[in-house]
Amino acid sequence: MEQRSNALIRIAVPLTSLLQRFMYLGLILLAFGLMLFSKVDVMLVDRVRAEVTDAFAPILEALSRPLATVSDGMQIFQSLNIIRENNIFLKTENAHLMQWQAVARKLRAENLALQQLLGMVKDQNAIYTTARIIAGSGGALSNMLVVNSGEKNGIRKGQVVISDLGVIGRISEVSSRSSRIRLLSDINSRVPVLIENNRTRAIVAGNNAAGTKLIHLPQGARVTLNARIITSGHGGAFPPGLPVGIVSSVGDSGIKVQLFVDFSRLEYVRIADFGLDGLEDLLDLSIQKRSGLSKVGRQSAKK
Amino acid sequence: MRFAIWQKLDRLTRLFMPLVLSFLLVILSVVQTPITGHAQISPVLALASIYHWVIYQPNLLPLFSVFILGLLQDLLTGTPVGLYTLVFLTVYGVALSQRRFLIGRSFIMYWFGFGVISLMASVESWMLASIWNWALLDFTALAFQFIISVSMFPPLAWVCLRWQQAFLPQDL
Repeated sequence: MEQRSNALIRIAVPLTSLLQRFMYLGLILLAFGLMLFSKVDVMLVDRVRAEVTDAFAPILEALSRPLATVSDGMQIFQSLNIIRENNIFLKTENAHLMQWQAVARKLRAENLALQQLLGMVKDQNAIYTTARIIAGSGGALSNMLVVNSGEKNGIRKGQVVISDLGVIGRISEVSSRSSRIRLLSDINSRVPVLIENNRTRAIVAGNNAAGTKLIHLPQGARVTLNARIITSGHGGAFPPGLPVGIVSSVGDSGIKVQLFVDFSRLEYVRIADFGLDGLEDLLDLSIQKRSGLSKVGRQSAKK
Repeated sequence: MRFAIWQKLDRLTRLFMPLVLSFLLVILSVVQTPITGHAQISPVLALASIYHWVIYQPNLLPLFSVFILGLLQDLLTGTPVGLYTLVFLTVYGVALSQRRFLIGRSFIMYWFGFGVISLMASVESWMLASIWNWALLDFTALAFQFIISVSMFPPLAWVCLRWQQAFLPQDL
């Protein structure tokens, strides 16, 4: 009896270790396969990601609340410390802004009068949804944020996300209760912009690091340091005129843009529905084109 | 009879704890913290937990669960699906092969081992992400992430160790 069990062990132990080794190799291959698959079928992977994030949204939301409270408390403490300097600074800034307000009012009146004179078509007013950030990107390899509103709150893929300072990014995945924002600093983010002072067109491209760059400038374009960058509205995904950032350095390695928004300090964001469906339209168009082509193909085959 | 069921349940929960702890760390690593620049360099917390349990109780963190942990990390953080799955599996494999060398050593040695393995993990994730995006990614953020991961290791390992001493039977 004992001998038999010994023999069993002698066979079973190497067998299990062999099986484990196969399983290890198999899982590594499976992970590789998943990486390839996520490159091929982006839509499905996005869908799965949105659903999983949605499932974890309540946990993330519960965890983010105490952290937000702690940070609020810390901010109160910090602001108490510099309240005097802040007050002086705000007073001088206020005086300065009052002058600007007078100028802006004058310009607005003039603008309205000119628009009426020319019979200009007005841009559609935006509908805003305010959402709380419940999860950060969690690492150096992705630039995403998760917010606690989704399809139920009227969020759609491709909508623009802004804060009080400027553009943050776009909605890339939507689920029923949560959605994911692709930040401007993400490597796959490209936004058509204008350099405000000379209206030069360019593209703001993220590179997963702090150094967001300005690319695809026309030949001979002049870029000055600290020039403001705003969205151009080309492509129909972003409305024109939203603040993006300023040119922080011009050098051999390219033109770097300092974004107005510090993504790590965000707590609430505004998701704007400008009635622009640039992305969706393009998707529809490509599907129509494909089906149209296949129809043509079928007709010619009948003939 | 009843007593036996409770005993079994108790044993089961104790055995599942390493897994639950690792899951918690994955979720915790995506929670937005109000530190400037933190979103860029937030550490991969689950790495420490996987390393610890593979060295001390490998049978409590089966291979398949490491795969699931990696998948969850990918799905929640927004990295390409499969990236951290591969990284976690590699960490599991390397730590398991060095287990005999690392077990029962001084804490400094143990920490150093984690440093080497997490540096390897950083380089691997950087390479995989660069290939996936077909662009040379910036390594600075990853280097900071690595430093923070390594400096976060002592408190995490302490929690794991205390947990192990308090709740797990020593004769596993």
